[in-house]
Amino acid sequence: MASSQRPGRGILVIPRPGRRSRDRSVLLLIPPMLWLGVAYLGALGALFITSLWGQNDFTGAIERIWTLDNFRDLFTIEVYRTITVRTITIAAVVTIVDAVLAFPIALYMAKVASPRLQRLLVIAVLMPLWASYLVKAYAWRSMLSEGGLISSIAAPFGLESPGYGLVATTITLAYLWLPFMILPIYAGLERLPDSLFEASSDLGARSAMTLRRVVLPMAFPAIVAGSIFTFSLTMGDYIAVRIVGGTSQLLGNVVYDNQGAANNLPFAAAVATIPVVVMLVYLAAARRTGALDNL
Amino acid sequence: MILSGGLRVALRIFTVVVLVVIYVPLMLVVLNSFNADRTFGWPPEELTLAWWELAARSEGARAALWTSVQVAALATLVALVLGTLAAMGLRRTKFFGRNTVSLLIILPIALPGIVTGIALQNAFKTMLGIDLSLFTVVVAHATFCIVTVFNNVQARFQRLGGNLESASMDLGAGPFTTFRLVTLPMIRSALLAGALLAFGLSFDEIVVTTFTAGSQDETLPIWIFQNLFRPNQAPVVNVVAAVLIVASAIPIYLAQKLSGGNAEAMTGAR
Repeated sequence: MASSQRPGRGILVIPRPGRRSRDRSVLLLIPPMLWLGVAYLGALGALFITSLWGQNDFTGAIERIWTLDNFRDLFTIEVYRTITVRTITIAAVVTIVDAVLAFPIALYMAKVASPRLQRLLVIAVLMPLWASYLVKAYAWRSMLSEGGLISSIAAPFGLESPGYGLVATTITLAYLWLPFMILPIYAGLERLPDSLFEASSDLGARSAMTLRRVVLPMAFPAIVAGSIFTFSLTMGDYIAVRIVGGTSQLLGNVVYDNQGAANNLPFAAAVATIPVVVMLVYLAAARRTGALDNL
Repeated sequence: MILSGGLRVALRIFTVVVLVVIYVPLMLVVLNSFNADRTFGWPPEELTLAWWELAARSEGARAALWTSVQVAALATLVALVLGTLAAMGLRRTKFFGRNTVSLLIILPIALPGIVTGIALQNAFKTMLGIDLSLFTVVVAHATFCIVTVFNNVQARFQRLGGNLESASMDLGAGPFTTFRLVTLPMIRSALLAGALLAFGLSFDEIVVTTFTAGSQDETLPIWIFQNLFRPNQAPVVNVVAAVLIVASAIPIYLAQKLSGGNAEAMTGAR
């Protein structure tokens, strides 16, 4: 009979969230993937293609002829090698300075401060992030100026302000990116259970040894995660060096000047492949430490 | 009592010193906006409100501020839609491309600003023949803002799981009703926090902006940068800078309220 084919009374037929809902949620990825996977990655690919094109010497128009001239210039002309080495060095120094400054602060925030103070410190570290980038660079410009705060502090010690140059650029960049290093390390340290510290101390380690043998290795992926920001932001910056760097140039200036004043987009594209390659190597190395899960 | 007393004191002193170094430059900017000396010599000899009056009348600064607000609002809107879709799409899936998708979302911010800037400029100008304008700035900003929304929404999904939505579906609600009545209220504060970050990121951005803006377009950072080296504009720039520093307390306050002090929700970072 018909009634015997119906499910028994009281038994609910539950639609399981099986294949269908999974398929649907993959559909949701289409718009963001078109934007990032097709448009953005496409733009990066196009940048590489452009770097292999030439330029008409007289009109400045881009000529779609394949050539390796841009890369030849990049590798053979001394000044570009100098600027590349200089940029990578500054990025590395900024990263190390930030890591050295950030670790003790993050440790204090995560493991010493009371919960209330912890909240306040998070705000205190975040607040400068919201103050405009240019304002901060500009603040350092006026502090480093002749007769500025730094020279009036340094004067009694017989020292003087470093003035505008690479040292000023390094200081300013380290200042700008410091919160990007503090926050991941803080998040990483906060996850470490207190019992770990106690176990180490019970086993006879003093604080210094606990830090070196237990905390530092476990916080390392978080430090690397922070370093991705400080390193990449430094590689990609050309504004701060214009504000406090005097006449010095970084890779970013070369890219900007070539697409603008010099109107040689193919060469600018070739120069821009350097930070891409450097960052890809950096990201690949960071991946091995498990840092990418800390982003 | 997990670290020795001496170490704790040392850490505290170190933290205080660094925080002082972080805040002194910012306070100096605010103070200098009242400094009567045009070259901002230290210490200031005389204070004045003249620069504030001058800045209040600055047409350029006001127009640039309005441009920045519009660009940031539009970029945030796009980022909200795309970031939420991405977080929802990756939610239940464990397919092999999952990490690739996450990496792709981080990429515009993990790659140096000059790279994103010149890549997009080249794509617009050389490849597509689109003139640079505020539209191209919005597209560029939205690209690197997606990550902030995505991070916040994804963290919320991980924390809350999917039981409520399953219950809603079991009770007969379709996917759209479930999204509207269950998912959306669930992620609302995460969306707000993500939007706030996206807005802040776009509002402050200069590197990518200089590559993707037309020659006539002035966002606030571009206006500041262009006036930074003009001696007679310096006092006005200083006032604008001071206003921005004081105004930065607002998003911090909001983000703090939204996230309940959860650092991860507030960073999403660059």
